[in-house]
Parts: sequence; structure tokens; C-alpha cells
Amino acid sequence: MLSFILRRLGQSVLVMAAVSLISFSLFNFVGDPVNNMVGQEATREDRVFIRQELGLDDPIPVQYFRFLGNALQGDFGLSYRIKRPVNELIKERLPATLELVLVSAVIALVFGIAAGVYTGIRRNGWFSKFILSGSLVGVSLPTFIIGIGLIYLFAVTLRWLPSSGRAGVVELGWWKTSFLSVDGWRSIILPAITLSLFQLTMILRLVRSEMLEVMQTDYIKFARARGLSERAINFVHALKNTLVPVITIIGLNIGGLIAFSVITETVFQWPGTGLMFIQAVDFADVPIMAAYLCFVALVFVIVNLVVDLLYVLIDPRIRIAGR
Amino acid sequence: MKNRKYLVASAVALALTSGQAMSENVLRWTSQGDALTLDPHSQNESPTIAMNGMMYESLVTRDTEMNLLPELAESWSNEGNVWTFNLRKGVKFHGGEDFTAEDVVFSFERARHEASDYKEQIKSVTEVKIVDDHTIELVTDGVNPILPNQLTSMYIMDKGWSEANNVASPQDFAAKEETFAVRNTNGTGPFALVSRAPDELTVMAAHADWWGKGQFPGNIDKLEYRPIGNAATRVAALLSNEVDFVLDPPLQDLKRIENADGLKTTTVPQVRTIFFGMDQGVEELRTSDVKGKNPFADIKVREAMNLAIDRKAIQRVVMEGLSFPAGMITSPGVLGNTEAQDAEIPFDLEKAKALMSEAGYADGFSVQLDCPNNRYNNDEKICQAAVAMFAKLGVKVKLEAIPKSQHFPKIQNRTSDFYMLGWGVPTLDSHYVFSYLLDSEGSWNAAAYNNARVNEITKAIASETDLDKRTMMIDEAWTQVRTDMPYIPIHHQVIAWGMSDKVDAPIASDDALRPRYITMK
Repeated sequence: MLSFILRRLGQSVLVMAAVSLISFSLFNFVGDPVNNMVGQEATREDRVFIRQELGLDDPIPVQYFRFLGNALQGDFGLSYRIKRPVNELIKERLPATLELVLVSAVIALVFGIAAGVYTGIRRNGWFSKFILSGSLVGVSLPTFIIGIGLIYLFAVTLRWLPSSGRAGVVELGWWKTSFLSVDGWRSIILPAITLSLFQLTMILRLVRSEMLEVMQTDYIKFARARGLSERAINFVHALKNTLVPVITIIGLNIGGLIAFSVITETVFQWPGTGLMFIQAVDFADVPIMAAYLCFVALVFVIVNLVVDLLYVLIDPRIRIAGR
Repeated sequence: MKNRKYLVASAVALALTSGQAMSENVLRWTSQGDALTLDPHSQNESPTIAMNGMMYESLVTRDTEMNLLPELAESWSNEGNVWTFNLRKGVKFHGGEDFTAEDVVFSFERARHEASDYKEQIKSVTEVKIVDDHTIELVTDGVNPILPNQLTSMYIMDKGWSEANNVASPQDFAAKEETFAVRNTNGTGPFALVSRAPDELTVMAAHADWWGKGQFPGNIDKLEYRPIGNAATRVAALLSNEVDFVLDPPLQDLKRIENADGLKTTTVPQVRTIFFGMDQGVEELRTSDVKGKNPFADIKVREAMNLAIDRKAIQRVVMEGLSFPAGMITSPGVLGNTEAQDAEIPFDLEKAKALMSEAGYADGFSVQLDCPNNRYNNDEKICQAAVAMFAKLGVKVKLEAIPKSQHFPKIQNRTSDFYMLGWGVPTLDSHYVFSYLLDSEGSWNAAAYNNARVNEITKAIASETDLDKRTMMIDEAWTQVRTDMPYIPIHHQVIAWGMSDKVDAPIASDDALRPRYITMK
């Protein structure tokens, strides 16, 4: 068991190193930050001087190892754009992203499972067909169109909810939360729904097909023969057995939610890490881009690691194969 | 608590304004991008200058019509290479400190520091002398007739406050830590900073002790700024009444704002001209099928390229009417722009084709056009339209539309044959255009234009004090440029603002919001 964990940890470190190296070498293509850092009056000598100061003329491997060395000491440098430490910026903006992801995950789970069970049981009902065709929207429309559509419906036309931003935050130490005020909840609803739609549809379809399969199995038939109530059959015996693959998918998709939040945050001006990343790309703000990509890679690696470890606990076959 | 005095002052300002919450005029406004920093000498970028200009002041400023106006200086005069400024008396910084000549000297030194982004703008100033507490002399290297024009964003900081907070110089580019001035201010301006969360929310309150109180029409008590990056969301925030003012609504949404209840738009020609540059200096174009020579070096080709552009069609189709077709690369409002010089270059494909044949390019040639896709109004669409127009002339243009961070280095490093550029003129004087775009040494002259007389005039107008003579020289240079056609002018941009009917904000051609002129019902 211990050797298994160590081996997985070793692999994770390798993945992190590879991701950071690849993302770092891509920064050469995002453009020249110096041009954004000085006014149009700056002379060419000034620009050369700044490039040297920032070490932008050094070969990529040299820049990379300098970055890695600092990063290992927890120092990601100063943002070129807003001249503040990247660590601090990420720490400031992470709560917004995590809360958004959490609410979206809950929405996706609750509504995805409920609708999945319903459409699995009443597969020929008109409401099931309505849900299923409606769910196509979630899969096929790009996030930013859904977001803009929701804004125009709920903020501009109906005026029920704010169109953007993160109002009503309450400070709990350094963590700023939206959960403790009405305004906070009002502003998180639209972005959370937008972000959740894709996952929701996926869970819905997964649960539905699992349900359809389970409902054909013998033990359901026997349960019915035993005279159990429909409710007990559907929710206790059938649903339980559909959830194993769903949990796996959700685990793996938490990372995806964080990565996808880039677009949602941009549309809703949600002050999280994704919005910060987009602004950094626009400006060629390398320190923020590097730190953010490493952070996302870290999230993926951790989630995968946890899922792998859970497998070992749940499924003895993997443990045996691992020997 | 180095900044206790300042904190107390802003707390008082906050208490004063929130005490009268009933009648308070709060302007909630938005735009695409936040100010990069509140350090007034660290970033020479328009949104940063505009936001800092609400809290900080310079010796000389501009009103919404772009006229020079006294700000921290009450009057000024010039003799030879010395400019004398009489400073305003009784001015207080937000923290309560008195404004004196010492602060001016300090601020100029700070702006001339290596890490300052303003050192070029004031490079002609060699010395700042204190005559008395409220008089200073600026000594320039040679005569500089347009010095006041160059000082409108040269903001004055308090010496004591800056030294106490360890920000006596702007932040170094290779700095490791944030400096105090990035998120804290202490100016003399009409508004004092209440809170600052970059990219989220910036709140300012009217400065109770401002010297200009009652002299300006504005009645805003509080400003709340929230940047919204996505254009559609920005417009939605205005439509849903969550903000009162949008600085940069997308042009295609203006009609929609206009048609909404309780909203209006206003437009003005911007001091920014969009044009194409053709590298006439290299031996052989890098991206052309013509080898051994440079087609752009031939004036006939440059003229043909100019005649092939249907500027009215671009205005009508691409810009939906929101642009002014141009005949020169600088805008109305800048000294040197005259109706004759700016007369639209006619669209004449027949003549253009004839010129191409004369030049020996009857079958055209190929070249790559470099174009930004996130810098100017509809930049990429303008380039696409132009590509189609050049095709009719037989010039096969390959379009490379890329983000600005990749586009501008190409111009900087002289690696583009053919490029789009937009040029604004903060000094509102042609010298700024000549010295960067037309002088053979100009740092943005990637067209490699080199005309001896234009170079000579660029030098001469920097120190010519006879204004009539100077204006004539400027006109002479522009006539030469119109003959040589080193650039292809397209149009002058238009600025559009969207706002609630409750707000009356006079629009300015430099796109800066000046809250001292804004009234709210």
C-alpha cells in the first residue's frame, strides 16, 4: 500500500514538472509584456533595459529554472500588470473560484441525479422527453452564450438578479465568502448555474443510462416480486448502484470545473482566479500565467491522486494487481 | 502607522459622505480595464492616467474641450529656456498636508527616475528651481514652447507622504514587492480614495477641502468604479441599471442603449487615427514574392495603395458610421490638422491600377499585413475589408491578425512589412506625431520614412517660439508627407459613452472621465 502511494506521488511530481515546463515554453508565444508595461513614448533603449531587468532575454531553460527555484520557495514573483505579488493575488481570488465551483457542483449533483433518476424511470413520459431535449442545450451551447443569455433574461429583462460581479461578500479572516449574505447568494446564482450546466447534463445522462441498465437486472425484478414499494426500489436499491461511476466522474470533474470557470468568470466578471488568468494572457503577464497553470495542474494531480487512492480502498482487485 | 493621518482623513471623508446618504450623488461607472496602478508615475497608459487624474493633479490640466487650464499652477510664463509657474496657494493634500514648491520639485525628480514611465515626456526639463514657496522655474534644454502641453499628466505627489511611505521613487520593473503607492494615494484632487480592490471595486469620495469646490459644475459625492471585461456584460449592467455610466460600450450596441428607456449615448471624434504603415526602408520585403527590390519604396505603389482604399465604405460597413475618414495620420484637435491636409484621399481604383502598371507591378505582388485584434475599434474587421480592397488592385495581402502583445513588438522591432497602427496625441501638437512616426529617428517610424526637410522641421518646431512661423512649418511638413504618402490613413476613431439620463457627463476626445464636470439629477 505504502509503495503504491509513493509511486503515485512520484508520478504526480513528474507530471507537475512536465506541465510547468511545457506551459512555460508556451509563454514565448503570448507576446512581449514590456510593450504593455511602458507608454508609447518609451525609447527602444528603455525597452531593452526592462527586458534585461526582467531576464526576458535569457534562454527559456534558464528562465524556467529561475522560476522553478523561486516557486519551490513559494515565490511566484510580481505581476507585470498590477505590480502585486502573485501569491497574494491567488490567495485573494481563490475563495471566489472555489465557492463558485462548490455551488456549481452541488447544483449539478442535485439536479443531475434527480433528473437522471426521473428520466430513467419514466423514460417515455413527455416530461422526460422534455428534460432530455432540454439537456442537449447544456451539452451543445458554449458556456459564454448560456451566460449572456441568462444575464439578458434574469438581469436585464426580469431584473431579478445582478448581471455581474460578486456583491455582498463577508470577510472571514482572509477568506471572503458569498454565503453569508442575500446579495452574495443573488450574485452567485447565475454564474453557478452557467458553470454547472455542462456537468449537470453529463451527470443526468450518466445516471439515466445506469438507471436503465440497473432496472433490467434480476435483483430489481426480485425486489419487485417481494412487493417492495416503488420508492424503495428506485431510490434505495437502484440508485445506490448507479452512483459508483457517478462519483468517479464527479471527482475527476472538480478539476474541470475549476479550469472551465475561466470562461464563466470572464462573462460574469466574477473576481476569481480564472478572470485573473484571462487578464494576464491579454497583457502577457507571465508570472500570473505560470503560477495559475501550475496551480491548475496541482489541482488535477491532487484530485487524481485522491481518486486513485479511493479506488484502492474501494476495489480490492487494484490492490492485488498492484503487487 | 505611517499613514495614520491619511487614514483618518479618508475615514472623515467617508463619514461625511455617508452621513448624508439621502441626498448623496453616487456615480457607479464601468469600463473594460482597470487602472494598472495608482502610482502616478509608474504607468503612462490612458485609463491609468484618467483614474489617477481624479485624485492627483498636475500644474496644468485640460478641460473637456481640451483647452489648457490652470490646475496646481495659477499662471505660467516663458522666457527663453525658463518657464515660471506660480503655484496655487492654500491647496491641501487629502491627508491634510500643505501643497508647496517642495512637492513639485520632488514630483519632477520622481518622474525623472529610471523606473518612471514619464521620463520621456518631461525629458526636456533639466532643472526645477524653487523661487519661493509658491513659485517654481522649470529650466529646459533649449527653448520648449509646448512645455505646458507636456505637463497635463505629470501629477504632483506630497513629498512628506511619499518619503514616509517609502515610495520616493516609482516601483522598479524587477521589484520583488508591491510598493505602498500601488494601492494608496494622497493627491490634491477633487476625489480621495476610499477603498481599492484592483479589477473589482474602487471607491472614491469627494475631497471636502478641494480648492476647486464651487468652481466646477460637478455635483458627484462618490464614485464607484467596477471594471467589466466582457463587452456584452458591460452593456447588460447599464441596461439593468446596475451602473450609471459605461465608458466604452461596443459600437454595435449604441442603438440598443439609445433605444432603452432612461439611457442615452454621446459620441465625439477621438484624438486617435488609424492607419497602415508600409516599410519603404528595407531592401526587400520579408513577406513578398517580389525579390531584390521593395515595391513600397516606389512612391507610385504607395499612392496606388492609398487610392485603392474606399474609406467611405469602411466607415459605412465596418464602423456603422462611427468614424471619420482621414486624409492624414493625426486627428482634428491636434495643432497641424487642417481641413485641407485632412481632406479624404479619394477612392480611385482606375488611377491606382494605372500607377501600379507604371511602377512595373501590373500583376500586383504579395505581402503580409500585420494587424492587432484586440486594440482598436473593429481593428481586425478593418484589415479584412482592406485586404479585399487591395485584392482588386492585384495586391495579394495575407492577413495576420494577432493580439496586441504580439503585434506591437513587430513594429517596435521593425520586423513588419505592412502593419496597422493607431496614434493618439496627448500633447495635441504635431511635434508628437513627427517625432515618433515621421522623423527618420522616430521610435515608432517602422515605415522607415526619411525626408530631410521633415526631419529638419521636426527639430525646428521643438524650439520655435514664433507661433505663426511654427504653424507654417508644421503645415509645410504635412504637405510633404501628403505628397510622399508613407502611410495609408484610414480614419479618426470615434469615442462613444453610454449613460443613464440622470447623468450629464461632458464627453472628451481623450476618453478621460472628468468627474468635476459631471452632474447627476
